[in-house]
Parts: sequence; C-alpha cells; structure tokens
Amino acid sequence: MTTLATRRQAAPGGSTTSRPARSGASSVGRPGFAWALPATIFFALFALVPLAAVAVLSFTSWSGLGDPEFVGLENWETLVADPVMLKSLWLSLLFIVLGVVTQTPLSILLGVWAAGHQRNRAVLSAIYFIPLLLSSAAISVLWRALLDPNFGLPGQLPWLFGDGNLLGTQAGAIGVLIFVGMWQFTPFHTLIYQGAAKGIPPVLYQAASIDGAGMVRQFFSITLPQLRNTAITSIILMVVGGLTTFETVLILTNGGPGTDTTITAFYMYQEAFQSFDFGVGSAIALVLVVVATLISLVVVKVSGYDKMNSSLEGL
Amino acid sequence: MKTRPNYLAGIGSFAWLLVVAIPLYVMLSGTFQTREEFGDNGPLSFPTSFTLQNYADAITSGFGRYFLNTVVVTVGVVAIVLLLVPPLSYAIVRSQSRAASFVFRFFLLGLAIPAQAVIVPVFYLINAVGLYDNLLGIILPTAAFALPICTLILSGTMRDITGELYEAMAMDGASPARAFFRLVLPLSKGGISTIAVFSALQAWNGFLFPLILTQSESTRVVTLGLFNFQTQYGINIPGLLAAVTLSMVPVLLVYLFARRALVQGLMGAGGK
Repeated sequence: MTTLATRRQAAPGGSTTSRPARSGASSVGRPGFAWALPATIFFALFALVPLAAVAVLSFTSWSGLGDPEFVGLENWETLVADPVMLKSLWLSLLFIVLGVVTQTPLSILLGVWAAGHQRNRAVLSAIYFIPLLLSSAAISVLWRALLDPNFGLPGQLPWLFGDGNLLGTQAGAIGVLIFVGMWQFTPFHTLIYQGAAKGIPPVLYQAASIDGAGMVRQFFSITLPQLRNTAITSIILMVVGGLTTFETVLILTNGGPGTDTTITAFYMYQEAFQSFDFGVGSAIALVLVVVATLISLVVVKVSGYDKMNSSLEGL
Repeated sequence: MKTRPNYLAGIGSFAWLLVVAIPLYVMLSGTFQTREEFGDNGPLSFPTSFTLQNYADAITSGFGRYFLNTVVVTVGVVAIVLLLVPPLSYAIVRSQSRAASFVFRFFLLGLAIPAQAVIVPVFYLINAVGLYDNLLGIILPTAAFALPICTLILSGTMRDITGELYEAMAMDGASPARAFFRLVLPLSKGGISTIAVFSALQAWNGFLFPLILTQSESTRVVTLGLFNFQTQYGINIPGLLAAVTLSMVPVLLVYLFARRALVQGLMGAGGK
C-alpha cells in the first residue's frame, strides 16, 4: 500500500510536461517513470545484476563457503584445456540443430493444419496441447519410466527399440533426448504457427486459387513466406531452449553414458553445484550467455529479422 | 474458396496424435495397475484390476507436503507478478518519457537471459540474504524471470485501449493513478488473467531454482519430489506414474477453467 501511495504522488510530476502543447486531454493517463520503477529494480536485482556478477565471479575461485577469491584467468585456462568443455559445446550445437530440424517442419505443418476450420481440429489440438501442461521434470520422469528396459515399452515393442537399453549408448541417449524435446515442445511451436497462419489474409489464397495454384503450390508460395517472421521467433526460442535444456538431461541421462550427453548447461551445473567450483561454473555460464547471444544475432542477421523491429514495437 | 479436405495433413496429424496420446495412455493406465500386473502384462496393457494404491503411495510418500509448498510458491509468484507488471506495462504503454521506452527494451533483453546463466550469482545472493532453503528464496527469482514475458503480454493488451477513453477520463481531471484504477485495470482484465495463469504455470513447473536454492524435505516442491521419487523408488513404475499424474492435476484444472487465457498467453509468447 505504501508503494501505491508514493506512486500517486510521484506520477503527476512526470505527466505535466506535455500539457501546454495539446488540449490537456493528452496528459491524462501519462504516468511518470516512477510507475515502472518497482518492477525494474526487482528485475535488475535478480536478472541483470547477476549477469554482471557472473562475469566477475568467472575470475574468482569460490567453493560456496566464505568469500570468492580473485584468481585472474585461471578458470578460463582450465576451461580452454578441458576436453569435456569442448565436447559439451559440440553436443549443445548438435542438440540445437537436431531440435530445430525435427521440431520446425512438424510444427509448421501441424500449425497450418490446425489453423483451418474443420470441427475435429479443435479436439485434436486440445490433445496435442497436453504435453505443455506437464513440467519438464514430469515429462522426463514419464519417459524414463516408459523407456525402462525391464518394465517399459522396449520389452513390448522389440521391433522398434532393438535390445532395449536406449539410454546406454550415445546415439540412443541423444535420440531419446531429441525425441522427448520434440514431444514436449512441438505443441508450443504448433500453437505459435497456428496463430500466425490464422492471421494470413484469406484474399491471398483466393487470388492464388483464381490463378489456378494448387494447395501444395499455395503452401510454398503463400503460407511459408507469410510465416517467415514467426519461424524466426520460433527458431530463436528453440535455440535458446536447446542450449539451456537441463531437467531433461539431469533426469533422463544424468549427462551419460560417460559424458556423452553432457551439454554445456548441464556441465555448468555439475561444475558449480556438484563439484562446488563456482568460479569455473560462472565461466561456463558466461560462455552460455555469449553463445546464446551470438546464435540469436546470426539468426537475426541472416534472416533480416531486424526489419521486424517496427512490428515488435507495435506489440 | 478452397474446401477440398487435405488428406495428407489429416493422416500426418493423426500420426502425431498417436505419438502424443500413447504415452499419456500408458501413464494413466499404469497408475491403476499393481506393480505385479504392470510388470507381467507390460505398459500397453489395459488394467484388469483397478487399484488406487499407487496414488495412496504417492501421497503418503510426501506429495501432500510438496503440493502445499508448490501452492505457496505459485501464489507468491503470481502475487508479485500482479503487483509489479500492471503499473510497469501502464508506464511502458502510456508514458511519454524516454526512460519508459528504454525500460521496455531492457525487459525485451531480459527475455533472452536464460536462468542457467545467472544461477550462480542468484545462489550467492539468496545465500547472502539468508533465504537459502526458504520458499521465499524460490519465489523471488522465479517471479523476476516471469516478468519479461508477462510485461510483453500485458503491454500488448494495454495498447488496445484507445486514446479517446483517456480523453473522456480527462473531462473530470483524472490523475494517472485514477486513470489506472478506473480505466486501465478494468479494461485489461483479459491480459491480467493471462499473465496470472502464465506465471502460475511457470512457478508450478519450476525446477532449477528449487533444485539449487533449497535442500530439505520441508521446502521440497512437486517437481523436485518427482525427481527424488525417481531416484528412490525407480523400480516402482506405477507409483512414479501416479506421482506424475498427480503433479499434472492442478494444471489441468486451471487449463479447463482458463483455457483461453493460457492459449493466448502462449501464442503471445511467440510474438506476432
């Protein structure tokens, strides 16, 4: 309540400036900057300040007890020489590429299909939606149980699963993680594409029909180009999501077999919170931020997404 | 107008339906079978003797407590989001100061920060203020990481309020605060319920912050309970499946009652 009271007082000060120019009406509902302050400070404290702190901590040695101690470039030298770190980056990249390649075509097709008007689509879409309601933890526990070599599906469907111990080999473990990611996130991306496909002006399709273009032609010449910006948003979300996949790896494979599914985000957790080497953990976290930003920038550059700024501001 | 049914897409979507539905069927049917029955007949079998023992086992193994903790975390996160995001979005949409548009960019930037990237300093911070192993220590960072997306969604809704309405308010010389409570809040109800549902879902399903910031049984949340249950009772698959199903029930209820708010929120998450 006290914050509301101070806002009441602070607000009119910010709004008086624009009054003389126009009718006076325009100044109503022009809150001052003070209205944004509580949320901004709160967000800065837990997201932005830590982002700066992680950079500082990457030059320190800290075991979780006492205070961090400055050690210069030591953590970075350790990481550069660390084969697991390099491997984790390659694995992360592989995860991202496989995730995008498996989820994008499927969610575009499903989203465009679900944007239509036939009756059964609503029911099917509702079922597609269910994985979104389960937490990553629940999904991972569910699939771990389903894939159990003794009690799960592999025993019943040997033609599909071979000898059954999928999580015991690198290819199997990666395949499972990619599949579970697809199972979990395709509904979300389908939903994004569904919304975007509904927004495509029908007149484009009508014109194409008059010109004699078939459905396949319409899909490639109208639907796909119109979904371009949505695809870029969706892919960036997949990239960041793939890079930071964590619960699924922890619960399904625990990084194994060996370090065969130890992706960078998981390696950060191991170094910081299992080996209690928070300095090295911070350095890995910083690598994660840099890689996420770089990939997003490359996607933006390659696709010309920056031209979408105007429509972003219109949100 | 094209009305020809698209058989290929229909077949494809039916195939995907099986991929989604079969695991869910196994999950549900497994929970009603005894361990012996599940082991003998395999996961695809239909339960012959309906038992609720697995649910009873899951609940007695601590899930009642975990649910209570998760409810506390969820309510706390939603409360913070509802207290902070509406004034912020109002300022972003209506304020003419450059600071406000800078703040909007600041929150857009925040969308790209993964929680993993800052978890070490957050751990340090939560320790330093003495909130380690305390539910409040989970609530604060979870709420902070829900802010960017909620701000994006709500400021989208608030932009739809037309200027004429503000001018009408001006006739009786309304202050920004009055406009906020009398005009902006009532007209953004839809967006506000969306961010409430959306942040509740994030809080309910949160894993990383509880994993790192708590350790004792008394502060354990549902997602961690599942993780723990798996490592302790990994062989009791029907029991595990019952726990997974239980963890989903509250979200499913919210989904049934607030489907529109949730779907719109998720669609909004992808941008327009």
